[in-house]
Amino acid sequence: MSSMTLVEAVRAALARALEEDPTVLLLGEDVGRDGGVFRATERLFERFGPERVLDTPLSEALFTGLAVGLGAQGFRPVVEFQFDGFMYPALDQLLNHAGRLRARTRGRLSCPIVLRAPYGGGIRAPEHHSESPEGLFAAIPGVRTVIPSSPARAYGLLLAAIRDPDPVVFLEPKRIYRAVREELEDDGRALPLDRAFVLREGRDLTIVAWGALVREVLEAADRLAEEGARAEIVDPATLAPLDAATILASVAKTGRCLIVHEAPRGHGPGAEIAAILAEEGLFSLLAPVARVTGFDAPTPLPRLEGVFLPAEVDILEAAHRLLAHR
Amino acid sequence: MVEVARFAVERVEILRPDGTLAAPLPAWAEQPDELIRLYRGMVLTRTYDTKAVNLQRTGRLGTVASSLGQEAVAVGTAAAMRPEDVLLPSFREQGAMFWRGVRIEELLAFWGGDERGSNWAEAREDFPICVPVGSHAPHAAGVACAFRLRHEPRVAVCVLGDGATSKGEVYEAWNLAGVWRLPMVTVVNNNQWAISVPRSAQTAAETLAQKAIACGMPGVQVDGNDVIAVREVVGRAIERARSGEGPSLVEAVTYRLSDHTTADDARRYRDDAEVSTHWKEEPVARLRSLLVARGLWGKEREEALVAGCNREVERAVEAYLARSPAPASDMIDHVFASVPEPLAPQREAILRRAAARAAGAEGAAR
Repeated sequence: MSSMTLVEAVRAALARALEEDPTVLLLGEDVGRDGGVFRATERLFERFGPERVLDTPLSEALFTGLAVGLGAQGFRPVVEFQFDGFMYPALDQLLNHAGRLRARTRGRLSCPIVLRAPYGGGIRAPEHHSESPEGLFAAIPGVRTVIPSSPARAYGLLLAAIRDPDPVVFLEPKRIYRAVREELEDDGRALPLDRAFVLREGRDLTIVAWGALVREVLEAADRLAEEGARAEIVDPATLAPLDAATILASVAKTGRCLIVHEAPRGHGPGAEIAAILAEEGLFSLLAPVARVTGFDAPTPLPRLEGVFLPAEVDILEAAHRLLAHR
Repeated sequence: MVEVARFAVERVEILRPDGTLAAPLPAWAEQPDELIRLYRGMVLTRTYDTKAVNLQRTGRLGTVASSLGQEAVAVGTAAAMRPEDVLLPSFREQGAMFWRGVRIEELLAFWGGDERGSNWAEAREDFPICVPVGSHAPHAAGVACAFRLRHEPRVAVCVLGDGATSKGEVYEAWNLAGVWRLPMVTVVNNNQWAISVPRSAQTAAETLAQKAIACGMPGVQVDGNDVIAVREVVGRAIERARSGEGPSLVEAVTYRLSDHTTADDARRYRDDAEVSTHWKEEPVARLRSLLVARGLWGKEREEALVAGCNREVERAVEAYLARSPAPASDMIDHVFASVPEPLAPQREAILRRAAARAAGAEGAAR
């Protein structure tokens, strides 16, 4: 066991994957000698060499397409994007190729690639460095969108993503890259994809959250507990395909559901969850489904970011409204 | 002023439009069998294209892109490849795909609206047809990178059109191939028209071949209606890549005698007179002239070849029309390696909807 931050857990999973499988490659900008802008690939170039850790020219569309070609040839490229806001050129490759190569060849070719990126706000970064694009990726058929919310889940889910035979967008909450430490064993054990994690059990309210906001949600749950309300915290971890069964089972028990995300509200991932609850969980609801989210505005620069990002106080306020319904 | 770079673009021509030689034949082309194979490949492709357009016109095939007039580009390219190389085609490379073992029936199935057509039995590592223009160029770089990393003497061959050279991803892939010296060859099928946009409106560069120079790789132009020259020039590029000397670009200058696809009417934007001029340069008659002049070809052999190609295409059409429909669940069964648990209800819904559609059709029939 060793104590790791989330970014250290990412690095440990990458090293483990490179060690155990010679087809695993790391690609991206500055992932080599520089070790990545967040140091996620630090010393991996020195350890595994230039044929395993490859610095590419500066083009996101290119290295995503490059990964598609490598993947079709049996490699397992893990691509690093420097920041969330630079991922959009990859959308064409994801939508038109990575997400459908297996389907359009009926299994003849496949695309076992992972696209990693630090995502989300709260680090007072420049423009285009604080986005939450998970809803865009989650809407792409054939692509998994996975988000860890702790060092242990970063380690286990990233290993699972790399070993998975299909494309995975793996979004790492950069705000908590170094915020918490967790004891974890670098034992190569993966966590399941397509499975939500119940982080805390409760009977009064379900809060669905992922990524960095899980911290605020857990803190809000502590406050609620002091007030005598027990919140059940569900982290979907894999946003798509979404483990709706776990969310529905939780809401069947609590009767109330609050969804919390940084991503813009409209057509956001919370809308999908709310729709599933309306379709399949309506009669267990004691209160309308509530959302605490970012807004339908471009992610603001740092001076207004604090208003854009959901905070504990917003979560508590929404929780109180839900709990008022009896 | 100090000159820091200088470049020239060569154009290779061997067979003139009238079938006479502008340059000596390469040694391989002195073998009659080699020339006849190329000729057969082009005639088969033209037979298929004619049939495919007819099938579309009679409602038995979806939209389809003919390669009329451009057969030499595809056939010459494929003939220069080894089986273990990988082809990444655009949507007009049927001549290359057939050469590499894709069955006519399979390609018909694809254009007929059935994804199973891209799960072909031969050339299993070749990429499926790429419809979003130029977006497969980075894949070719990836395939070439895989060969490099495994130290395999194989080459990724990407074919794309003149329009694709305007796309950023194509430049990005070439740039990477140049800087990593990847075994990747790009054949630009310059057929002068990107649907209605002529080559002159696509770029101010004198040639498309010279776009290679900025990526640190050689670019050469070839008469794309001369299958011998295409086979020779692409072959040199491929062997150069195979021996570790890096990527290159071949601009094959040809002409799209057909509409863009069966959904297009080229008379809306280009003159018949222009098309008629280019009919005088088309590749099939050109090679036939050489074969005849060399005493390798005559009326009987021509009739036998045409009849053979017709039979082959007809048999493929029969097999295509007789194919059983794919189960509706195919649309979700191959999205992931196995259907994820959260998608299982959608798989059930697909089957239910398919059953309802079938029942509805049966009801309507009664």
